[in-house]
Amino acid sequence: MKVLRTFKADLHIHTCLSPCGELSMSPRNIILRAVEEKIDILGICDHNSAENVPALLAIAKTYPVTIFPGMEITSQEEIHILGLFDNLEAVLQLQEEVYHHLPGENDEEAFGLQVVVNEQGEVLRFNPRLLIGACNLSLNQIVDLIHSFKGLAIASHIDRESFSLISQLGFIPSDIILDALEISPSISYYQALNRFAPHLPLVSFSDAHRPEEIGQSFTRFLIQEASLTEIRLALRNQQGRRVIH
Amino acid sequence: MTLQEIIKGLNLEVITGGDNLNLEVKDGYTSDLLSDVMANAQPACLWITLQTHVNIVAVAKLKDLAGIIIVNGRQPDKETRQKAQEENLPLLLSKETAFQVSGRLYQLLGKGK
Repeated sequence: MKVLRTFKADLHIHTCLSPCGELSMSPRNIILRAVEEKIDILGICDHNSAENVPALLAIAKTYPVTIFPGMEITSQEEIHILGLFDNLEAVLQLQEEVYHHLPGENDEEAFGLQVVVNEQGEVLRFNPRLLIGACNLSLNQIVDLIHSFKGLAIASHIDRESFSLISQLGFIPSDIILDALEISPSISYYQALNRFAPHLPLVSFSDAHRPEEIGQSFTRFLIQEASLTEIRLALRNQQGRRVIH
Repeated sequence: MTLQEIIKGLNLEVITGGDNLNLEVKDGYTSDLLSDVMANAQPACLWITLQTHVNIVAVAKLKDLAGIIIVNGRQPDKETRQKAQEENLPLLLSKETAFQVSGRLYQLLGKGK
């Protein structure tokens, strides 16, 4: 049996596909920065899209970094929710559902470019959808969708005053079946415990939109290997796996 | 002005809380951020929003609001209807926008005179 060890994870990273993400967030720059920061697992979560995940997966093969394909979805309540997966097919299926419920077209001058790139960082196309917008799916519908594709559903930056579960809905709904709540780098774990008294596990990730932000905040997991199954066990505090605070 | 008179004046559809309409309404509050409503709405005011999640009922009870007007023809979630029913909270619907409903309520309540 493999031994348990600590894995450093930053599971909320944007790429140049997010309109608000810097163009310097190319797959290679992201991976190089993650290696520098000694991050073991990266979650790639662009707004309402996963089209840069293939390039990240391709590059990561030659580096000691595991990629979790993901998306940061905006619900109709304008809550940001992370969906994290262990395979490309699952996130692409989710993306199809999200696209089906996402109205509007991007205005590049107002919101920024949405660049889809290959592993060399060459531009393949510009995504024309309004990725910064909200889908017409409720929070509960999105959590159910993520779970139906066997992913983890995490509410983004709950301490922020916009686009967070708490800003939009006032408090954490007691019946919600999220896998974790994310706090932003601007609040500590103990501050968050005091402020929210959450009934769900807390994690902290960087929500990086620029290379230098990668690893600014992260969560350590005591697990066997860099897999979604192991992270799920750690969040549930099962079989000796746990989140290290 | 009573809630009943406002319902008539604004042509609202009553979903729940139909036997709780003699409440005196003195003010309104328009916001879609529940955290903002929790921080700033005053008791006995009528809340205008497009949010439909069940948490709106808990916030309205917590702040002792007179009721909620859901705008833009949006339909409340099933859990929201059930919870509002249990709490006997007036849940009202309008096909108009938050701007229109707010403006008309402002006039009805004789504000700004």
